[in-house]
Amino acid sequence: MSEAIDFDPPFLHPDYRSTVLRAPQRPLVRLPREWFHRSTGPVFGRIPVSPSDSDLTRQHPGEPQGQRIIVSGRVVDSDGRGVRGALVEIWQTNAAGRYLDPADQHPAPLDPNFTGAGRCLTDEEGRYRFVTIQPGAYPWRNHHNAWRPAHIHFSLFGPDLGSRLITQMYFPGDPLIPLDPILQSVPDPHGRQLLVCDFDLETTVPEWALGYRWDIVLRGSNATPMEDRD
Amino acid sequence: MPPFTPSQTVGPFFGFALPFPDGERADPGEGALRVEGQLLDGAGEPVSDGLIEVLAPDQFARCRTDPEGAFHVWVRKPAAEGDQAPHLDVIVFARGLLKHLVTRLYFPDEPEANAADPVLQAVEPTRRHTLVARAEPGALRFDIHLQGPEETVFFAV
Ligand SMILES: [Fe+2]
Repeated sequence: MSEAIDFDPPFLHPDYRSTVLRAPQRPLVRLPREWFHRSTGPVFGRIPVSPSDSDLTRQHPGEPQGQRIIVSGRVVDSDGRGVRGALVEIWQTNAAGRYLDPADQHPAPLDPNFTGAGRCLTDEEGRYRFVTIQPGAYPWRNHHNAWRPAHIHFSLFGPDLGSRLITQMYFPGDPLIPLDPILQSVPDPHGRQLLVCDFDLETTVPEWALGYRWDIVLRGSNATPMEDRD
Repeated sequence: MPPFTPSQTVGPFFGFALPFPDGERADPGEGALRVEGQLLDGAGEPVSDGLIEVLAPDQFARCRTDPEGAFHVWVRKPAAEGDQAPHLDVIVFARGLLKHLVTRLYFPDEPEANAADPVLQAVEPTRRHTLVARAEPGALRFDIHLQGPEETVFFAV
């Protein structure tokens, strides 16, 4: 049986300076998969998810500034089957490129009507959908004149430990993409393309919001068991 | 088969989004065990923007590290399963980690079960101690070293 291709970045990517002292230096210990896949179901049930958590434009009395967008797609396993009941958590800047997080010191305005965090569970077919606003680019201190392309952080949790994923979704046509050491840490152009969503006219709601589509493929217990290939 | 979606770092700005109320308390009961530790980089400096998740079949805790790199969770010791000694799975995220890390916490009061555990046996003897918590008054201590001579054993999952 074939295995899905792995486009994960390496731990050490010196262009992203924070990896230098944080990347493990010893090889990961590889063990038979089933030794780590004993969970009988999702363990994240304590995390509160309410239906309103998927609309980031309605968490405050007023509407946030910026371009309203819809981001939706499917969470699937490596056989293309929808992962139902997966936890999807997102966080992002406001339209000005500022996070609500107190650690963010970028001198761009906060928006009193935008927190920038959302959660949802995937439906029976593995679909998710968020209403939010277009995030902004922001500067960081990795190198001279470094700017992160606009992105939405995604955290995914399927049925077991192997399905855990945290990643970032980028927007098509962003001129900062080729300059970003975090996205460029993904070694293959096809792999990088997997992190860029598609503009989607079908998801777009007339007179209201642009739509983007982004599908996510998780590892996990549904995936083909990995034989010892050494 | 579609390729897996690549991982990216959690970055430094997740603190307003991922923590949830009582996230540290996988077990809210009276008899819960406190596990505490520090997340450290290759220079021995605290990692103050890390996120630790602790999992067992029916337990889940999430804790972000503080300015000293410290984290703590409340858990109960899971039962042994088959030939595996009681343990907790631990996931580490941080700025500067392009992919998360998976390790395990074993319990210091299970020397016989630990000696027979196939996962511990698969690890070089000189590194096994990085997977066993230390008993301290009122808590189990489990430091996580991302690099260096005491680098914690991490697993490919
Ligand atoms: Fe970010």
